[in-house]
Amino acid sequence: MVLSTNLDHIATADELTKTINENENVMVCCGRMGPMCIPVYGVMEELRSEYKNVAFRDMAFDSPEAGIIRNLPEASNFMGLPFTIYYKNGKVVEATSSIQSRDQITAILDEHFSS
Amino acid sequence: MKPNHYNTIIIGAGPAGLTAGIYLSRAKMKTLILDSGIAGGQLILTHEIANYPGIEKISGYELSNTMRKQALAFGCEIQSGISIKDINFEAVEKSVQLSNGKQFTADTIILATGGRSRTLGISGEDKFKGRGISYCATCDGDFFQDKEIAVVGGGNTALEEAVSLTKYASKVTLIHMLDHFQAFAHAIDEAKSNPKIEIKMQSRITAFNGEQKLESVNVENLLTHELSELKLDGVFVFIGYEANTDFVQGRCIELNERNEIVTDDQLQTNVPGVFAAGDALAKRFRQITTAVSDGTIAALNAMEFIRQASAIKVA
Ligand SMILES: Cc1cc2nc3c(=O)[nH]c(=O)nc-3n(C[C@H](O)[C@H](O)[C@H](O)COP(=O)(O)OP(=O)(O)OC[C@H]3O[C@@H](n4cnc5c(N)ncnc54)[C@H](O)[C@@H]3O)c2cc1C
Repeated sequence: MVLSTNLDHIATADELTKTINENENVMVCCGRMGPMCIPVYGVMEELRSEYKNVAFRDMAFDSPEAGIIRNLPEASNFMGLPFTIYYKNGKVVEATSSIQSRDQITAILDEHFSS
Repeated sequence: MKPNHYNTIIIGAGPAGLTAGIYLSRAKMKTLILDSGIAGGQLILTHEIANYPGIEKISGYELSNTMRKQALAFGCEIQSGISIKDINFEAVEKSVQLSNGKQFTADTIILATGGRSRTLGISGEDKFKGRGISYCATCDGDFFQDKEIAVVGGGNTALEEAVSLTKYASKVTLIHMLDHFQAFAHAIDEAKSNPKIEIKMQSRITAFNGEQKLESVNVENLLTHELSELKLDGVFVFIGYEANTDFVQGRCIELNERNEIVTDDQLQTNVPGVFAAGDALAKRFRQITTAVSDGTIAALNAMEFIRQASAIKVA
């Protein structure tokens, strides 16, 4: 189960683990093809060329495999799609719930992933 | 032509701006579209579009991607994620300065900045977004299974979404500032007859409270000014739309009392060579079809303006 975006998708929990182990900086947007999620995928698509040191991925929220994100302690109070998780060296450094603007996303990327 | 000079600069890459871009660049006009967000505008917020003639069903994401590709294929340039620092509308050669230092000039400008959902503007609203506050019932409704929530607003969307949220929530308190709803009678009847909906008229939320997530709101009764605390898990806000015209307010472009752009029937504003299209216009109906129609008209009139201006120069 994957989303119909132009991003690289993560389909399984194992794939996510592999991705965060193999890449220093990872941003994963876990959502549906809805109005709060699509703008975030769009911003991620555009930021790919600007932040080459970050692996941008999406994951389908309704896939049972997405439990790896849904059940994160950092997402325990989240009640809005998408759940967007930022990993550095395999660890969660930031997590947001609901739609975020390009400025909000780049502020997080600059804070945690600037080289 | 100077590299940073364009026949037309379009501000906003929603359906109106992209359509104008398609028409202008297809007619070999050097065209630049600037967007503060990403191309597509409100289209990308639309899950499924079933009323765009010629296409039975399409996601807003797909339709906006196709419009963007069409514009690019005709040679239109699109820069997204920009922020406008200054605009000179009045000079014959108009200029746009971006916050990143870039500057462009143009013979004509088309304002196609559309609209956005209104937010309440109350402190805590941003903090609890996604942690109890939502603007989309279809996206987030299922997080509120058996929980108590409030819906703010009194129009068709607020009433319809309040009813649809009763599928999940154990109780929905509908909070509206006025003493009457601005909605169709059937929507009002449906909300009023739903046993899970409690209605608080002439009331408004004054504060959002909680630690990690929303836990309660303060509600003011606008008649008595009495304040009460309402314990709940979620608030859905549906209080209408406003035009994205902040960046032209206080400048020479005429706006109406709702800050929508006023034009003549050629979609030209009060400033020669500055046109407007789409949801940012002062008009009654706001749809994709009306936005693309406006984009077409504004583009064709901008071309006509450029032709006439160059004819005058030659003469
Ligand atoms: C949830 C939802 C569902 C909808 N469903 C339908 C439907 O099914 N059918 C239908 O016909 N219509 C629908 N609509 C309405 C339709 O989407 C709009 O009427 C249409 O998108 C308006 O197009 P526009 O180009 O005028 O503005 P917008 O789509 O709002 O685009 C404006 C663009 O301008 C940009 N912008 C704003 N301010 C600035 C600035 N200062 N500088 C630079 N750029 C700026 C924005 O980022 C945006 O990309 C829906 C709207 C919503 C919100």
